[in-house]
Parts: sequence; C-alpha cells; structure tokens
Amino acid sequence: MRTILSLFAEYLGGTRFRLRMEPRMKQPGWLGLIVSLGAVTFALVLGGIVLMLVGGDPIRAYVFMAMAAFGNIGVFSDTLVKATPLILVSLAAVVAFRMRLWNIGAEGQFYLGAFGASLIVLTPILPPETSPWLMIPAMMVMGMLAGALWGFIPGYLKAKYNVNEIISTLMMNYIAVAWNNYFIFDVWSEGGFQMSRQFPKTAWLPRLTDYAAQVPMFRGLTIHLGFVIAMIAAGVVWWILYRSRWGYEIRLIGDNPRAARYAGINIVRNTILVMMLSGALAGLGGMLEISGVVHRLQGAISSGYGFTGIIIAWLAKLNPILVVPISILFGGLLLAGREIQPSGIPMLIQGIILVCLIGSDFLFRNRIRLVRVGQEA
Amino acid sequence: MDDHLNVVELKGISKQFPGVLANDQVDFSLRSGEIHALLGENGAGKSTLVNILTGLYRPDKGTIRVEGEYVDLRSPRDAINYGIGMVHQHFMLVPTQTVTENILLGLDEPRFNMNLSHYDQIISDLGEQYGLQVDPRARIWQLSVGEQQRVEILKMLYRGANVLIMDEPTAVLAPQEIQELFTTLRSMIAEGKSIIFISHKLDEVMAIADRITVLRKGKLSAEGLLTKEITKHDLAREMVGRDVLFRLNKVEQTPGDIVLAVEGLKALNNKGIQALRGLSLHVAAGEIVGLAGVAGNGQTELAEAITGLRPITEGKVVVHGQVLIEGNMSGQRRSRHVRQVIDAGVSHIPEDRTHVGTAPNLSITDNLIMKGYRQPPIAKGWSIDSLSANTQAETLREAYDIIVPTVETPARLLSGGNLQRLILAREISCEPKLMIAMQPTRGLDVGAIETVQRLLLQQRENGAAILLISEELEELISLSDRIYVIYEGEIMGEVMEADSETIGLMMTGTRQKDLVATRKVSR
Ligand SMILES: Nc1ncnc2c1ncn2[C@@H]1O[C@H](COP(=O)(O)OP(=O)(O)OP(=O)(O)O)[C@@H](O)[C@H]1O
Ligand SMILES: [Mg+2]
Repeated sequence: MRTILSLFAEYLGGTRFRLRMEPRMKQPGWLGLIVSLGAVTFALVLGGIVLMLVGGDPIRAYVFMAMAAFGNIGVFSDTLVKATPLILVSLAAVVAFRMRLWNIGAEGQFYLGAFGASLIVLTPILPPETSPWLMIPAMMVMGMLAGALWGFIPGYLKAKYNVNEIISTLMMNYIAVAWNNYFIFDVWSEGGFQMSRQFPKTAWLPRLTDYAAQVPMFRGLTIHLGFVIAMIAAGVVWWILYRSRWGYEIRLIGDNPRAARYAGINIVRNTILVMMLSGALAGLGGMLEISGVVHRLQGAISSGYGFTGIIIAWLAKLNPILVVPISILFGGLLLAGREIQPSGIPMLIQGIILVCLIGSDFLFRNRIRLVRVGQEA
Repeated sequence: MDDHLNVVELKGISKQFPGVLANDQVDFSLRSGEIHALLGENGAGKSTLVNILTGLYRPDKGTIRVEGEYVDLRSPRDAINYGIGMVHQHFMLVPTQTVTENILLGLDEPRFNMNLSHYDQIISDLGEQYGLQVDPRARIWQLSVGEQQRVEILKMLYRGANVLIMDEPTAVLAPQEIQELFTTLRSMIAEGKSIIFISHKLDEVMAIADRITVLRKGKLSAEGLLTKEITKHDLAREMVGRDVLFRLNKVEQTPGDIVLAVEGLKALNNKGIQALRGLSLHVAAGEIVGLAGVAGNGQTELAEAITGLRPITEGKVVVHGQVLIEGNMSGQRRSRHVRQVIDAGVSHIPEDRTHVGTAPNLSITDNLIMKGYRQPPIAKGWSIDSLSANTQAETLREAYDIIVPTVETPARLLSGGNLQRLILAREISCEPKLMIAMQPTRGLDVGAIETVQRLLLQQRENGAAILLISEELEELISLSDRIYVIYEGEIMGEVMEADSETIGLMMTGTRQKDLVATRKVSR
C-alpha cells in the first residue's frame, strides 16, 4: 500500500495539482461575514435550480420572497417584529453556550416569561389603568424573573447534583407549555377559548402605528419598542461577556474550568447565575412578544423560537452583536414563509440556506489550497 | 550515497505562522536505528518541525522523504501509515476511558464488538516487550503522568510506529522514570526502530542521543553533530548563541518571620487514597525551601491543599499567622478558600500548565489577568479595564520575553516554554508574599532556566517565602536554603547543608533520625 501510494506520488510528481484543506491560522471577522453571504448566495442558486426543476420561475419567486420580507417599509417592519424574539432567545443561547452550559430550554423560558408578564396584567397585580410607565417595566421584570426561575432550576440541579442540563432544560420546555396551557384553558380562559382576554392598552408596548395620527407615514407599521429593547439587550450581553468581570469568569470557565477553579472562581455559583441570565433573556423575549404583538396570553406564541435561537447563536459564532443581523435574516425568512404559497417553497429555501450556512462554517475555519502533488509547493 | 540509511529526510522545510517564521529552510535526517536529539531554545521551532513530520502542520516549503520516497503527509493518520508516530509534549488521552480503549481509539479494528479483554492481553504483552508496564484496564485519570506517557508510547507502537518522535518526554518525568524511559528507548532501538528525541536537558541528550541537531530561531544552527565529539558547553552555546554560565549568585541572608506554616496536613488524592499523612513544614520570609521527593509522593496534593484547591481532612495551613485552610471545612465553598489564599498574597505555579495554569483559547492578556482581574487597576467596579489589562500584558510580555506576535494571540499557540513564561510572569509579577512553585523551570531552555532561577532568587531577596517543589535535585540544592524530603505524604527530614546522598536515602523512605542512628552505628 505504502509503495503504491508513493509510486503514485512519484509518477504525478510536480505535474498535477490537488485541492487540500487545512485549518486557518487566523479567522478574521470580515471573513465570517463574506463566507456567510457567499453561503446564502449559493443556497439561493441551489434553491433556484430546485424551483426551476419543479417548473417555477426562480427569479420571480425570489423577488417575491425578498419583497415579502424586505420589500417595503411595511414588511420590513414585520420582519423586525419577527426578529425581536429571535434576538432574545439567541442571546440566551449565547451566554449559556459561552460557559458550555447547553441550555436548550430557551423555548420553555420564553413561555414562562410570557406567563410571568401576564401575571401582572391578568391576576391582576396591577390594575388596568396603571400607567404604562409602571406597567411595562413591571411586566418586563416579572417576565425576566419567571424566565430566570426556569433557568435557575436546571442550573441548580446541574451545579449541586450534576444533573445534565440538556435533559433537564429540554424536559422543562414541556412543563412550561403545559403550565401555560393550564392557564389559558382554565384559569384565564376567556369564554371557553384557549386564550386569555386581551390586555389593556396600558400593557401594550408602543408601536409606530400607534403614532399614525401624528406621523401618517407610520400607518400600519407594527414594529414595537421591543425591537429596541432587544438591541439594547444585545449590547448589554456583549458588555457583560467582553467588558465585565463576570463575563471574564464566564469565558474562563467555558474555556477551561480547571483554570477557573485555580483562579478562585466559583463555578457552582456561576453555573446557576448564567442559567438564570440565560433564562431571563429568553423570558424577556416571551414578555416582549405578548406585550408587543399578541397582546394576550395564548398557546403557540412561539414557533420553535427557542430552537431557532440555538442555530442563530452558532451561526453568530456566539457573538452577541452578530446575533442581531442574523436574527433579522431569519425573521425575514419566517415572514416570507408565511406570505408565500405554496409555503413549502420558502421552507425549502430556508432549509437549504441553513445547511449552506452551517457548511460554510467549515470554510471559515479551514483553508482550501491548491498544491502540487508530490512536491510540497 | 548514504541515502538509504535515512528513514526520514526533511529538506528545506519552512513554516510561517502569523508573525513568526517557525521553521526557516530546515534540513533534518534520521538514520535507521539511531536516537537523534533536537535541541533549541523555547520557540526555536522544534515542535513545529516534528509536527510537520507527523502531518499535523503542512510545511510552506520543503520536501519530506520516508525511506527514500517523497511523501505527502496530510494528517497524523497518514504519518502513522508511513510508520511515523509521535508522543506529544501535551498528552492527548481521554481521561475517563481505560488504557486499552485509549489505545484502540480511532482504529478500524475492533469494529462493533469490542472484545476488550482480548486487546487488554495484547497491550499488556506489548508493554512487557518494551518495558512499558501499565495496567490496560486502568482509567487514564488514575494514572501518573509517567504512566500516561507509557500509554502514549504504547499507542504508537500498537499502530506500528517505526519512527517514534518524543517531544520533551522527560520534562514530566521523575529521575527514576527517566531512567526507565531510556531503557525502553534503547530496547526500541534494539528492535530496529528510530527515535527523534526533543529535550532541554543537555545531560540527558548527551546520555541518550547518537546525533544532535540544534535549531535557533527557526533556522538550523548545527546539523547532525555526533554526541561523542561535543561537550555540554558547546551545545549550550550552539543553542543560545552565547556562553551559558551554569552558576548562580545567591546572597547570604537570614530568613525573617514565618510566612507559611503547614500543620499536620492530611488529604486524599484523586483515587481517594491518603496522599498526605499529617505533614508539617514551614517557610520563612526571604528563604527558598525545597521539597525533594520522587514524583507521586504527595507533592501535587500538598501544593493543591495549600492553595485551597484540594479539600483537606485534617490539619491546617497558616499564612502570616492567619489560618487559611482547616481540616473541617466543607468542600462546597472551596472557591472562596482559593480566593482567600490568592488574596493573602500566595501565588502558585501549577504542575500542569496546559490543564490548570492557562485557558487555551483565551488571549495572552486574558491569561495574564487571571489572578489580578478582581483588583484595580484591572478591575474597575464590575468591569474590566481592558486598556490597563492590555498595557499590563504588553509590559509582562516585554519583561518576561514571551515570544508571541500579539497579546491577542490565544494561549494555545504558544510554544511550551513560552506558556511556562506566561505563567511565571503572572505569578511573579504580583509580588507574592509566598510562592508555591512546582517545577518552575520545566520545559524551559537553558537560557530561560537561568533567568527563572535568577527571578526566584530575586524574589527571595525581596523577602518572599518560596516553597520550591521539584524533582531536580541539582536545582533544589543550588537554590534552596533548606530542603525537606517527602515520602508517601510524610516529611522524612530536613537538611540545611545540601547533601544529595542523604536526600536520596530519605527520598526512598528512610527517616532522618534512623539515618543518623545507622550512621552512628556504622562508625
Ligand atoms: N499554530 C500556531 N500558530 C501560530 N504560531 C505558532 C503555532 N505553533 C507554534 N507557533 C509559534 O511558532 C514558534 C515555534 O514554536 P514551537 O512550538 O515549534 O517551539 P519549540 O521549539 O517547540 O519551543 P518549546 O521548547 O518552548 O516547546 C513559536 O514562536 C510559537 O509561538
Ligand atoms: Mg515545543
């Protein structure tokens, strides 16, 4: 075998080229963006071919999809609305993954956040006529607390009893949904429907369209304050991770727990705190969604946001700032998926884009070189 | 003409890393049946060169021939197919798996039905053959460093390695284990294998190598010198480019107050066996106290117990009159003890620099602020002042000669010696009152050893108390004011006037008082 191989090499010596892959030494930030854009383009071409095969007109379909997500200010506003919960659940994944805590319970924490916020309105803890200046912050705090609680439980189990957080967070997702269902089917059910009554206006996040009377251009724009809050959250998470002492501890534990112990860092406490922060972010996402969009507690407020968030977190390379544009892209895809018939096509494109993005990660980390066979050139 | 003699031949190898030319037109040849030593300062490019030979890195230029044929090594798997196997500077074993499982890992055989006991037998036979005794059923985390190394060697032999590359194998071994390793190496040569041997210890190289090649700053400085025709001093000069004085300037000074007092310390090791059996010792300000002993007699556990990393069952650790660690404290809040110890001005150079001392993917800066990030100027309220962190990192890089393109570089890209310098920089620059230094010069080149030893002496002059734990008697004797000898978790005795014979006897378990008694009797 050995001689055959080397004979082969001798024979080809210096005459043929071969592609070779090797790890990149540097991974510059701009490269990530270019590779990701390339991947999206590639996916669109691939999807176009599929569209053509089934007899569609790819260009038209794409234009239509792009229009549906980014075509005018109206739909772009809808895209941003979709992106808002995605940003928060992705941030939840980013902080936990940074410490190598595999919190896949953002979905459940999102539901609990919505529930916590509803407590304020529906119990009611605050009467409907409360000023929004108090109502909204109270809902945010309660949503985050509820999400944090949902993160605390698996965090505590992990820290004290080394219970695998993947399993516990996954299980807690089901509990969260069932818990919410109990309230919308029974306790807060409105006239037998599986939803609560609508929140009073004081519990609504302000939307641009609410100001249409003053600024006519805002008519129909559903984007709400939640998007701004999500962007602020991204900034805060960035600051925590890269500029705060706590973030330093998180990164150190994530990279080498033994070194963290050697530096005197409390891993038990950080495990619990990080799970709580992660839960709080996802919970805030849930609160923003019901206060900014649905305006009531109901079932199916998330279409698997928690899981999409995991994908976005990875694509953003656990960088909280990159989470924002990627979430917007995914928000657009989600929207186009709703608008276009048959809805299978955008779903297909979504899938292809996803696979290509994940595949491109490989190109980002490795370098392809053309070399001569047999002679290290 | 003598081409056919060379099992491996590298020609004109160059390798550029961002900011460093790690190898620059290097030629290297390995003859069949020889031990060829590769020497050079930290960061000279030794590991890079052998990593190229094992397919881990690709050369930018140059050719590799194995038994005369040009080869293209794309992965360690390719390399082992050509019979080239490497034992790394940092081991690559799965701690929770058994020896056999680790050796079989990644092989095509066995497939699904792992008949492990069958393979256990094969592996223990192979070990027998080369004098590499190790229990095939033991799990890696239960093994000493020396045993883990044997597993790495067995792994390569099992895969049919004909050329064995050993990157600083002796850095982690006790003197006796080194002798055992040398016996193994010789028996492998007798079986017709060839060995590339990297080390910083000139005596070892003189003892085991047939030929020596020296690298300096990526370039060939001397190729294929015959060991018989060269002296240790020539080698040192070849490596560093100047004469190295193997001499230290230690000032006389009377030790001050007692800084560290360890009283009746008892602790378990990782396997749950008593590792420290009521050990007591003390170190005063301005003195270097050596702790001599064969590896695995409780040194690691002692260092961990003093620094709060390992729970103790009995006894106490007192620093500057303040009880920091006590026997009845629960393990839950251990991180607080570690912090208290750090805050009391105790620094710790850990034995295991990659797994304990540094975080591989974090930057040099992040690694340097590991102990100081809680205090100003690095800490600013809840935040970290990245500007002053960077300034500090730059200063330390300069002062401790850490060779690295920028302070943003992740620590895993540092050469072994440079990683050690990073840890030293961090642990010395905080001006500790007490320093627990475990093998501080491990993996350093002769020039750097000189530097570190001078730094330790300087700390001593500044009034720091230093507990120096080392397996190198020579180093202990030349640096220490007093030396304790540890054996099976107990102090056998204490010597002021270094006397390697007495120390040697105590290291094998003879108590000092018995020693004196037998001497008297024999006189
Ligand atoms: N993957 C890498 N990326 C960037 N730089 C690297 C990489 N590997 C090594 N280097 C740099 O190349 C130089 C040579 O490193 P190498 O590990 O070969 O040194 P060495 O001779 O083995 O030193 P030591 O005796 O300290 O182990 C060093 O400056 C090191 O920082
Ligand atoms: Mg090296």
